[in-house]
Amino acid sequence: MSAPFFKYGLFGSEASLIVAVFIGIGFGFFLERAGFGSARKLAAQFYFTDMTVLKVMFTAIVTAMVGVYYLSVFGVLDLSLVYLTPTYLAPQIAGGLILGFGFVVGGYCPGTACVSASTGRYDGWIYVGGLFAGILFFGEVFHWVEKFYASTPMGQVTLPQLLHMPYGLLVFLVCVMAVGAFAAAEWGEKKMAAKKEGK
Amino acid sequence: MTVHSSDDFAPKPYWNPYLAGIGLGLVLLASFVIMGRGLGASGAFSSAVAWGVQRVSPEHANSNPFYAEYLGDGTTNPLKDWLVFEVIGVFIGGFISAKLAHRVKGKLEKGPRISNRGRLLYAFLGGGMMAIGAKLARGCTSGQALTGGALLNLGSWAFMISVFIGGYALAYIMRRQWL
Repeated sequence: MSAPFFKYGLFGSEASLIVAVFIGIGFGFFLERAGFGSARKLAAQFYFTDMTVLKVMFTAIVTAMVGVYYLSVFGVLDLSLVYLTPTYLAPQIAGGLILGFGFVVGGYCPGTACVSASTGRYDGWIYVGGLFAGILFFGEVFHWVEKFYASTPMGQVTLPQLLHMPYGLLVFLVCVMAVGAFAAAEWGEKKMAAKKEGK
Repeated sequence: MTVHSSDDFAPKPYWNPYLAGIGLGLVLLASFVIMGRGLGASGAFSSAVAWGVQRVSPEHANSNPFYAEYLGDGTTNPLKDWLVFEVIGVFIGGFISAKLAHRVKGKLEKGPRISNRGRLLYAFLGGGMMAIGAKLARGCTSGQALTGGALLNLGSWAFMISVFIGGYALAYIMRRQWL
């Protein structure tokens, strides 16, 4: 075991901020390469005309998931030192729905809005303004939602733990599911394009 | 990809989505391996808001558990935070990619059937809704869907499915903005 490097003390908190900038640069770079600086391209996901969001997201999840799996199996990465957000099922489902509404209304998510803004899109800047306003609003009404926010706590739990299934099997199943989703996305895009031609 | 000399300054096509996805996944993997944490975005905005509120009214900020979580013990500036620096990187990385592909341009992203003002209003509203959803869910598309998705985190998968349901549920009402 020698990773995560930061947790093994290879560098300190000050240096971690420099690492943060470089990881952010990589993150922003590939988001922009995918076309995620454009709200139209992102929103097209919800009209089945361009399934890039699904393709990029699931490819990224599968890539990182398989990498984490093998690195932990081979004893390079200590998974117990990788931060896992605790599950609070009800607020996370409700938050996901509201976030989904915000996605199709605003056209971005927080990360893609930053890319959109930095590449000159005015709607990206306004969206970022909306983010600040929304967080301030949430902070000010927090005492009203605090109880719901802390409801249905399940601790740090992964799908293999919940389902009592081997980690590797679940990794494999997610890969199969992703390939199925990609095939469906390619088929759906062709279908929509044909429909448009026919008009 | 063919490059025409007359189109040297025209916006280049986006990458193949699977290739961009692999790149994004490798960045996420690098974050796990180097830092022991995934990517994020909304947390950086929370730190900035908490910092701003504290500047205006320290008592108000410190008595609110939501802000207090981002303010820490007061020994370090709340803006000296990993996610704040990561998001600064996202701005830089997005700009570099767009610049290299001639895609940096001041414009509005919208469908042909909505006014500029309408689009900006929706952008603001959508940003606000997104922020509330992300705070309630303890993360956004990056911190929950991507990061937790790759770690097979239960809450993240429940979140991710809800995001798609929410988006598709409102898509028909919002179609004038995009189609």
